[in-house]
Amino acid sequence: MSGSVLFDAPGPKGRRRILIGSLIGAVVLLGILAWAIWQLDRHHQFVYRPNWWVFTDPGIQRLLLRGYWATIKAAALAIVLSLLFGAVFASMRLSDRAWLRWVATVVVEFFRAVPLLLLMLFLFLGFADQLRPIGNLVNARPPDAYGAVVIGLTLYNGSVLAEVFRAGILALPRGQTEAGYALGLRKVQLMRLVLVPQAARLMLPAIVSQCVVALKDSALGFVVGYVELLRSGKFIYNQYSNIIPTAIVVAAMFIVTNMVLTGLASWLERHTRKVPKEAKKAGIPVGEQMGQAAAV
Amino acid sequence: VKVLLDHYDELLKGMWVTLKLTGVSALVALLLGTVLAVMRVSPVPTLRWAGTTYVAIFRNTPLTLMLVFCIFGLPQLGLNMSFFTRAAIACSVYTAAFFCEAIRSGINAVPIGQAEAARAIGLRFRQVLSVVVLPQAFRASIPPLISFLIALTKNTAIAEFFGVSEATAHFDTLANKYESALYWLFAGVALEYVVVVLAIAGTGRWLEKRWRVLT
Repeated sequence: MSGSVLFDAPGPKGRRRILIGSLIGAVVLLGILAWAIWQLDRHHQFVYRPNWWVFTDPGIQRLLLRGYWATIKAAALAIVLSLLFGAVFASMRLSDRAWLRWVATVVVEFFRAVPLLLLMLFLFLGFADQLRPIGNLVNARPPDAYGAVVIGLTLYNGSVLAEVFRAGILALPRGQTEAGYALGLRKVQLMRLVLVPQAARLMLPAIVSQCVVALKDSALGFVVGYVELLRSGKFIYNQYSNIIPTAIVVAAMFIVTNMVLTGLASWLERHTRKVPKEAKKAGIPVGEQMGQAAAV
Repeated sequence: VKVLLDHYDELLKGMWVTLKLTGVSALVALLLGTVLAVMRVSPVPTLRWAGTTYVAIFRNTPLTLMLVFCIFGLPQLGLNMSFFTRAAIACSVYTAAFFCEAIRSGINAVPIGQAEAARAIGLRFRQVLSVVVLPQAFRASIPPLISFLIALTKNTAIAEFFGVSEATAHFDTLANKYESALYWLFAGVALEYVVVVLAIAGTGRWLEKRWRVLT
């Protein structure tokens, strides 16, 4: 944040004030932290046995890792499927045929407006038999809950991605389309050869932040009874009644995974992006704007 | 359909709880998010760091986990609040991280000249922000704020599992009671959400147009 436009480069007086501010801020923050720790301690959250000790047990570690793997399994398949779903529906919304556009718009808007949990519950309660094969395919337990999680995530994230893709294609300079048509390309060729490759680079950040969303939302499997990371955590805290330590451990696993994912994305972005001059001039990458609108 | 019609008052009541939870959480999250955004652009490194850490932690944690923590964990710390309050805390803390980012992007969208001009007439950081930059930043951040607000509306559905009886909760109980009516119930509850979401999106577009910063 050096050289922020919001404040002048501090002079000696300003530097002293900032130092004082820093100290005060630090004291306040440490105070809050200390209070939290004191509260936790007062209610015996730091007692090593069995609150924290259980996490050194190989059986518990295996349980957590299995849960973690189940989370990844659900999120990964859902991401792949929702990329497909998004691609199909984005191209439908960009189609020349009005009825295709209509159908796609209704589907996409519907799944974006309905809470994912409601969708999962509905799938779980109504389509258990149809969902079971999906779960059995990857050996997930219980298979119908896995199916509900994956399909629910796919419908929701796929719809969001469809919008991201569409926005990405539309954000490209008009000249690209016009030049493509001028060369005599058909629409499909234009998409495949000209628009999609450019848009994909722009959309990478938004796609990754959607992956983070999918990974987080797979925790909803907790509700329909899919044994993922959080559900595994539940086994632990039910047995040892150490809910706060467990929540912290599980949260840490989610946070690290998501940060690795985000880090990977910015690395990829740095290494693959040939910056289109317009986007650079505009200052903010288009993908970032879209990512902000899409993620949660 | 009959089940749907028979229980429409329950369903509407559920929606009311959804709206209440959304409203309360949104207000708290907006305040907290603004404070965090200011911290993140402030000249004081400690505060910047604290804001960044907050966002990194809560943006990457599933809301379900936060709810587990608040609803089952807080009572263990001797904090006995109502279910609704605990759910609202989880939703606010989670959403504040997203609101913070929305407002920060709004701050970044304010033309540099505005802040420069404000500094040139001798305003301090606090004045630059509160008088010149933030009022414009809020307007610029309406679109992302609205989309996060919509997300929040839908996210409150997760609170149902933990015993807050809002719209999705009623779907769950009724669907378990009347299995044959599952499709109608889903359609009914989904429709409620679609209406609310469309209303929020519509208001957002209206506000956006009305409060657009003229340049």
